[in-house]
Amino acid sequence: MSYLTKPKVKVSGIKKNKLGLTLRDYEGGMSTLCAGCGHDSVTAALVRAFFELNLPPEKAAKVSGIGCSSKTTAYFLSASHGINTVHGRMPAIATGANAANENLYFIGVSGDGDSLSIGLGQFAHAIRRNMNMLYIVENNGVYGLTKGQFSASADMGSKAKNGTINEQPPLDSVLLALSLGGTFVARGFSGDKDQLVPLIKAGLSHQGFALIDVISPCVTFNDHEGSTKSYAHTRENFHEVVHTDFVPPATEITVEYEDVAPVTLHDGSRIVLRKTSPDYSMTTRNAAWSYIQDHHKKGEIITGLLFLDDAAADLHKHNNTVDQPLISMPYDKLCPGAEALNDLFEALR
Amino acid sequence: MRKNSQNRINDFVIKIANVNGTGSASANTLLMKSIFQMGIPVVGKNFFPSNIQGLPTWYEIRVTKNGHTSRSGRVDIMVAMNAQTYKHDCAEVSPGGFLLYDSTWPRRDVLTREDITVLGIPFSQMCNEAFDDPRVRVLMKNIAYVGALATFLNIDCDVIRSRLKKIFAKKANLLEANLTALDIGCDYAAKNFECPLSIGVETLNKTSEHMMIDGNTAAALGCVYAGATVASWYPITPSTSLIDAFNAFCERYRKDPDTGQRRFCVIQAEEELAAIGMVLGASWAGARAFTSTSGPGISLMNEFLGFAYYAEIPAVVFNIQRAGPSTGLPTRTQQSDLIACAYASHGDTRHVLLFPSDPEECFYFAVQAFDLADRLQTPVIVMSDLDIGMNDWMCPRLTWDDTFKPDRGKVLSAEEIERLGDFSRYEDKDGDGICYRTYPGTHKRGAYFTRGSGHNQAGGYTEDPNEYQEVLDRLLRKWDHAGKLVPQPVVKRRKGARVGVVALGSSDGAVREALPLLDEPVDYMRLRAFPFNGKVKRFIESHERVFVVEQNRDAQLCTLLTAELDVQKSKLIPVLHYNGFPISSEHVAQFLYEAMREESVA
Repeated sequence: MSYLTKPKVKVSGIKKNKLGLTLRDYEGGMSTLCAGCGHDSVTAALVRAFFELNLPPEKAAKVSGIGCSSKTTAYFLSASHGINTVHGRMPAIATGANAANENLYFIGVSGDGDSLSIGLGQFAHAIRRNMNMLYIVENNGVYGLTKGQFSASADMGSKAKNGTINEQPPLDSVLLALSLGGTFVARGFSGDKDQLVPLIKAGLSHQGFALIDVISPCVTFNDHEGSTKSYAHTRENFHEVVHTDFVPPATEITVEYEDVAPVTLHDGSRIVLRKTSPDYSMTTRNAAWSYIQDHHKKGEIITGLLFLDDAAADLHKHNNTVDQPLISMPYDKLCPGAEALNDLFEALR
Repeated sequence: MRKNSQNRINDFVIKIANVNGTGSASANTLLMKSIFQMGIPVVGKNFFPSNIQGLPTWYEIRVTKNGHTSRSGRVDIMVAMNAQTYKHDCAEVSPGGFLLYDSTWPRRDVLTREDITVLGIPFSQMCNEAFDDPRVRVLMKNIAYVGALATFLNIDCDVIRSRLKKIFAKKANLLEANLTALDIGCDYAAKNFECPLSIGVETLNKTSEHMMIDGNTAAALGCVYAGATVASWYPITPSTSLIDAFNAFCERYRKDPDTGQRRFCVIQAEEELAAIGMVLGASWAGARAFTSTSGPGISLMNEFLGFAYYAEIPAVVFNIQRAGPSTGLPTRTQQSDLIACAYASHGDTRHVLLFPSDPEECFYFAVQAFDLADRLQTPVIVMSDLDIGMNDWMCPRLTWDDTFKPDRGKVLSAEEIERLGDFSRYEDKDGDGICYRTYPGTHKRGAYFTRGSGHNQAGGYTEDPNEYQEVLDRLLRKWDHAGKLVPQPVVKRRKGARVGVVALGSSDGAVREALPLLDEPVDYMRLRAFPFNGKVKRFIESHERVFVVEQNRDAQLCTLLTAELDVQKSKLIPVLHYNGFPISSEHVAQFLYEAMREESVA
């Protein structure tokens, strides 16, 4: 049960990060998901990314909606505030919290039901506002908590556990994000930690809305033959077109790169991108969109950091909000005082 | 029933019938504010359509030397500028009254009443001759009737001229046109009719400590003074002007003088679900945040309101009520969301409601709403309505104590968390049902998990029956505590009263005016908040009968009173008004008079 906390066993010699924290300090409550659930791997990747980025856990804020995916915010960073909201409405909560305090690392965890059906509207508008947050869609093509209905991301022809064939075309969060103006669009696979951890690190460092759609198989309801979101199917059809290496600030770049230059993020960190498919272009939305779409038709799952625009203004830049978070603004800087009421009285006479 | 005086000096109603989108609103405001500036109390009510151009619209100005605040139910002079509604407008004039119309097209066949005086002035013809631009011709007709009314009613034209000069200080050509149009109306009336009429104004000194403001503007001002920094909303009539005003005030008062950066963030949401969600996110993170909406928005916000109730997140929601159900009459007023708001959302939920009765209270209640929301860690819904929110009301000078500090409630700082060592979000340490909370980012030991699913005192997920029920029972204790913190009812007792009246919000003015007209003394209690408390119950119990005046069909306040207080239902007699227009004193007086007479006859 999720209210069981993990025992914190101190092991001597365990690796510590620059803050003197161990991986365990970034963990959360015990997962209540099924054994082998892809979501737990995403949780592990988040823990590792935070640890490696040396982030103080209390500076993170975890937000989620409803569903198996949304439960996972309880399973990492127990020293961070978390909020498990209502179905499909996490983006609104995140937007308000971000408006109030932009100095937090916002991590939203959602699922394909939460983001692509009930929450599609809010998902789209969060992208449109380019709110500064990491937004993970744990994508398994199925409603787990209600026992196996297709979700909006289920592929045409995909087979449910009870044998039903899905005949509705899918919505793809990556294609949506590309067309809605998303500034950081990525796809990963819960079974590929080496790809996912750098993607999460890059997403956390991106100043804007960072979407990572993670194919995260549901072992109970969607991991059988005929499913296009199973471990086996994903492994077989997985194509990483751009490999991402995340380089923290003031670290020498040791990775070889070919034709994509390193991108320096607002905090001084860099993303080094290595194309593994020479014909992929991640610099223009249209090209990226067509490539992903064309390959999807062939049954291929294109992964990696698929599009990046690190220059776009985020919510607060657009609003021209003061640099100091609004929650720390002293009251005397907010209240116009008695005299202003007198002026107003004259104006309204 | 006692009758009001027949003397119509400083005591009459002007009603202007027009076509919307022709600029009549500014002419009508000009007229009303000029009378106000002469020291005579006024009441302005705008009856406009849910439309941008071409449908009938009315504006009612009540000139009331006694300072009443509701509609009287009379029309002493009708300015009929809309041929579509001549027949209806003619019928509405009180006997002995006047009807002024545009006689460019004489309509003797429609305007046939013998008990009123019909005054025809060829406004269109004169404006067509004086102005070239077709749009200006339309607009200036309105100023011309203001001029005619000034002459008929003895309104000081210099006051009107000086107002026009102020309005058009930077637009010389428009000022000239307006002054010309004003003279056209003034001169024609003076030359062709015996002026002034038997109704009219005389200078008084009863408005010098008042201003004219609508409730939405006043509420927005309250939000600024309360220190609200995040507002999120979805456009909906009649609430939109609240956010517009908040934005305008913030642009004036909340910009960093050096950088021009904003100390506020207003977000136009994609729907009301997102609007309330953003408010909750911002409040959860530690900002004062609010949204403004109306009935349909409240319906959409239900799920989140229940979440906020259960997860204990402060929020301030302004519900500027309009006529329902469904889309209903978006531009007409009602008090028909009482039950929808009191129990918004599924499961056992209850919400704190505040009932301002005028713009002045909108200002003070807005400030108080934030304090209550923070103190009680729950949504507070300010139940205004279209009448209060969108009409200009006479409002006493608003005052402010510069030593005021907002009550942010039980929030732990990093030092306090450090000192306590152990933090449990939903533990009732003080016995008032209210627990301590922390803002994200404060301290790693202050972290907790907020959830709408079953949770225990520590905020952990639970399905344990005892742990679950413990939280639910504590919320009820908090609710009881809320009754002590919310604004108390206002009670006016009269010697020997057997009968009581209960009302709230914008019904107040009509009740206060009606009660002295009755033959027997009546006690009056104006509710200002939900939850009700013992005082309300005692008031009901101490009267033989209690009339409950409210602006909805289903007697929602009666239902709420009987559901929440252990009072005899048969004692409560609903006095209902729900046609979309604000309730008049005549309506209340007539109902009470007849009900009480029937009783004495029986």
